[in-house]
Parts: sequence; C-alpha cells; structure tokens
Amino acid sequence: MTPLLQVKDVAKMYGVRIGCTDVSFDLYPGEVMGIVGESGSGKSTLLNCLAGHLAPDRGEVIFDTRADGPVDMVTMSEPARRMLGRTDWAFVHQHARDGLRMSVSAGGNIGERLMAVGDRHYGDIRARAADWLGRVEISDARIDDRPSAFSGGMQQRLQIARNLVTGPRLVFMDEPTGGLDVSVQARLLDLLRGLVREMGLSAIIVTHDLAVVRLLADRLMVMKDGHVVETGLTDQVLDDPQHGYTQLLVSSVLQV
Amino acid sequence: MSDYNFAYLDEQTKRMIRRAILKGLAVPGYQVPFASREMPMPYGWGTGGVQVSAATLTPEDTFKVIDQGADDTTNAVSIRKFFERTAGVATTEETEKASVIQTRHRIPEAELTEDQILVYQVPIPEPLRFLEPRETETRKMHALQEYGLMHVKLYEDISQHGAIATSYAYPVKVSDRYVMDPSPIPKFDNPKMEMAAIQLFGAGREQRIYAVPPYTKVVSLDFEDYPFEASKADHPCDLCAAEDSYLDEVILDDAGNRMFVCSDTDYCRSRREAGHVGRLGEEAAA
Repeated sequence: MTPLLQVKDVAKMYGVRIGCTDVSFDLYPGEVMGIVGESGSGKSTLLNCLAGHLAPDRGEVIFDTRADGPVDMVTMSEPARRMLGRTDWAFVHQHARDGLRMSVSAGGNIGERLMAVGDRHYGDIRARAADWLGRVEISDARIDDRPSAFSGGMQQRLQIARNLVTGPRLVFMDEPTGGLDVSVQARLLDLLRGLVREMGLSAIIVTHDLAVVRLLADRLMVMKDGHVVETGLTDQVLDDPQHGYTQLLVSSVLQV
Repeated sequence: MSDYNFAYLDEQTKRMIRRAILKGLAVPGYQVPFASREMPMPYGWGTGGVQVSAATLTPEDTFKVIDQGADDTTNAVSIRKFFERTAGVATTEETEKASVIQTRHRIPEAELTEDQILVYQVPIPEPLRFLEPRETETRKMHALQEYGLMHVKLYEDISQHGAIATSYAYPVKVSDRYVMDPSPIPKFDNPKMEMAAIQLFGAGREQRIYAVPPYTKVVSLDFEDYPFEASKADHPCDLCAAEDSYLDEVILDDAGNRMFVCSDTDYCRSRREAGHVGRLGEEAAA
C-alpha cells in the first residue's frame, strides 16, 4: 500500500534556533497520527510545514494525490497546493476564529469550500450545509446564525464541518480541544472519533493533551526541542514509555 | 485658455496614467496600480475618474459628465466646469454628441458607439474587499482565480433575504478571467457592459485603474437556481412614459404620493421633446 503522506527528513530553522529537525514518518490511509510535546517543542512548526503554511528548509513532504500519485508538496506550485488545501486536505485550528469567517453565517461557512471548488447551485449547497450541521450535532435551525452567536464548542464543531464538507482524505488538527471545558472536550472527541472512522480519514493531531491522543491516535510521536524522541503505537508509548522525557510527560498527567 | 496645462495634469502624469489605462485594456478587469495624484476635490468626488478623463481627453473631444444619470447635480456640474476651465474642451449634455463621458453610478440609456469612451468613478475597486480585508490575500486570489468567496456573499444574500439582494456594484466576471467591481452602478446596467465603447474605471483614493475593452464578455455572477436578474422599479417614467429605463423614486409629499422618473436626465428630456408624455408629464411641464 502506498502511504498517503511520506515525510522525509523535514527541518525548519528560525535563524540559528531549531524549529524542528530530522522528522521522518509515513502515514497510511485511515491512520491517525498524534504528535505530542510541550510548548515550544516544534510540533506546531512541524504541522505548519506539513500543511504547506510554512516552507521547510530541508526535506520532502510527499502526498499521494488522487490525480497524479505521489507529489512533493514542498516543490509543488502554489495554486496546486492551495487547491489541495481546499479539497483533499483540511486544517482544524486551535482557535475556531482562525478557521471560520466570523461575519458569515454557519451555512455560508460550510458552503465556502463547496463554492470554491465550483459548486453553483444554492439549493444543493444549502442542503449539504444543513446535512453537515446535523453531523456535527448543531441544530439546522442555526444555519443562518453567525458563528459569533455560537458557544466555543459549537464554533469548533462548525469549523470541523466546514473542513470536512469536501470529503478530504487528510486532516491536520492543531490542538482541536484546546480551550474547551472537559465535558465539551469529551463530546468533541467522541464526534471526531466517529467521523474519522466513518469517513476513513487520515489525520495528524498535534496536542499536549495525552488523553486526546489516547482516544484518537493509532500512532504517537513525541517531540522535544525540535527533535522526535520517541515513536510507536499509542498504547505502547503511553503504557511503556522508554525515553526520559516521555516518562516525565506520562507521569505529569494528574490522576483524579 | 487658462494658465493650466491642458486638462490640469502635467504631461508626465498623463503619460503615467495612459500607461496604466493601456495595461488595463490589455488585461481586461485587472486592477492596475497607478500613482494617483492629489486633485483639487475631495476623495469620493471622483478623483480617479477625473484623472482618467484628464489623461484621455484631447482638445477635439466633447465631454459629458453624469452623476447618478443626471447632468445637473453638484458632482456633474463641478467636474464639467473643471474641464471647461482647465482643458477648454466642448461640453454637452447629449449622450450621442459626447466622445468622452465621465459617469458616477450609471451607464447612459442610449446605446454607446465605438467612438465613445465611458469613464467610471470608482470608490472601492476590490470586489472581494468586504469579505477579505487583506490586500495581499485578495491579490493572490485574483492571481489564482480563487473566486469562491464572491459566491459566499451571494449565498449570504439569498439566505438572509430569499433573493440576491445586492442591487448595485454587482460583481461581474470579465472575459472569463477576472472578477471585477463594476463601480456602484445598479445591476440593471450590468448587461449593458458588453458594449461598443471603451470602459475605463478610475479609483483615486485606492490608486487603481481597470478597463473593459469594446465587445468584451461580461458575466454577472449568480447561482444556477437563483439566476442574475437586471431589476428596476416596476413602473413607467412619470415624465416621459419610458418603460425600459432605470428609474429614481421621488417622494412628493407626506401623504404617500411619489413619482418615478428616469435617472438618465438626457434620455428623459430627449423623449419628452419627441412627444412622449408620462402620468405627471403635463403638470411638470406647466
């Protein structure tokens, strides 16, 4: 099987400081990869390099496109990369405000990607927006409300609906549950897990919350100071951490 | 002739503007940046249109200015006087006799010919501005033809009002390439933009010039199930009985009486001279 995403020796420097370096992994279709680490460990830098928001200084990010097979995203032309960003890829931001258009209604937010890929039938767009609102457990009576009238958890779910409406194959998530209270987090995780399984999505989830990766991720990558210190199956890494930093991380979780 | 250089601007400036105009004509709908000059009138009064007119006018031209279709409003009168004084060109109120027409918010009702140039005054040239405030981003969107966002605006219209409520500055796609703001003309005028005359657009404050060459394809954006409609008040003109012209609504008193009149004053006058009389036409003449 061809990996959906092959990352080879990616590095990003901020001047003399290391953003992230020597990162290599393969992601197969339907697989969810978790990246954990403390603040400043380079996990968001890595995610932005993979998603094409930052240009890595070194390395290759090879994505298995539907049309042309494996293509290096780093050297790909910008229009093609942006097109992928609207169709096969999705990016869920930590703050829903960064990923939503706050002055546009919920339906318009979900419909934007459809219109961006050439959908020009209002009735169809609206029907699909209503369908996706239902799938992320938002009442379709709220379809014409602006996201600013939504709670934090609803905004995050709306952001997910807006990203998944074009049926992407790879989802990047940057702290998708950050800033939400625990019961809302639990519902969101439940929803995400359902969608990932149901749509067969591949995902890369960056988080500092080990509970999130325990629930969602098949595989785990632990980062510290821009380097990958440990990788493996999620349960294996969390239950039997080998690296000193991973041991610290696992033992730092409060037991209630 | 006065002590002004012909048409107020110096020759180097006009040269710079003409280069922008030529580039605009070569790439229909593309917003060409230009070094907009300070003009002796406030921004919002047509400083862009005036600069384009100044660069376009020759001493042999006949100049006409309309503001919302009318020749006799403050904006039109002052710009006409400005060029009478600084360029000494002949001016007219008759659409057919003019070779350069500067307009604010209307296209004349009479069909324009290949010998004419229509200059629009543009307040905000960027059609994507209210959806995407970053200029770097809108330029990239134009470059990559990412125009999905324009339809988000129309979607919002339908979801809020049940129909596309945008009635002026209705976005168009020019020559299957660039999405363009046609300046705040009513959408009734949009179909007329595929015309024989050259159309030039000047935005002074925003420092942009763009153009539509003659006989260029101009398509108003819409949805398959909500097609574009060139709407106007469903009424004949009360002075000249015209059924096909764009109308202004005039409140007559506080008892609910109103009249509809052609916004194009020259068109209305010429029709009344030809003997057409509307509902209130006799009283107005008396």
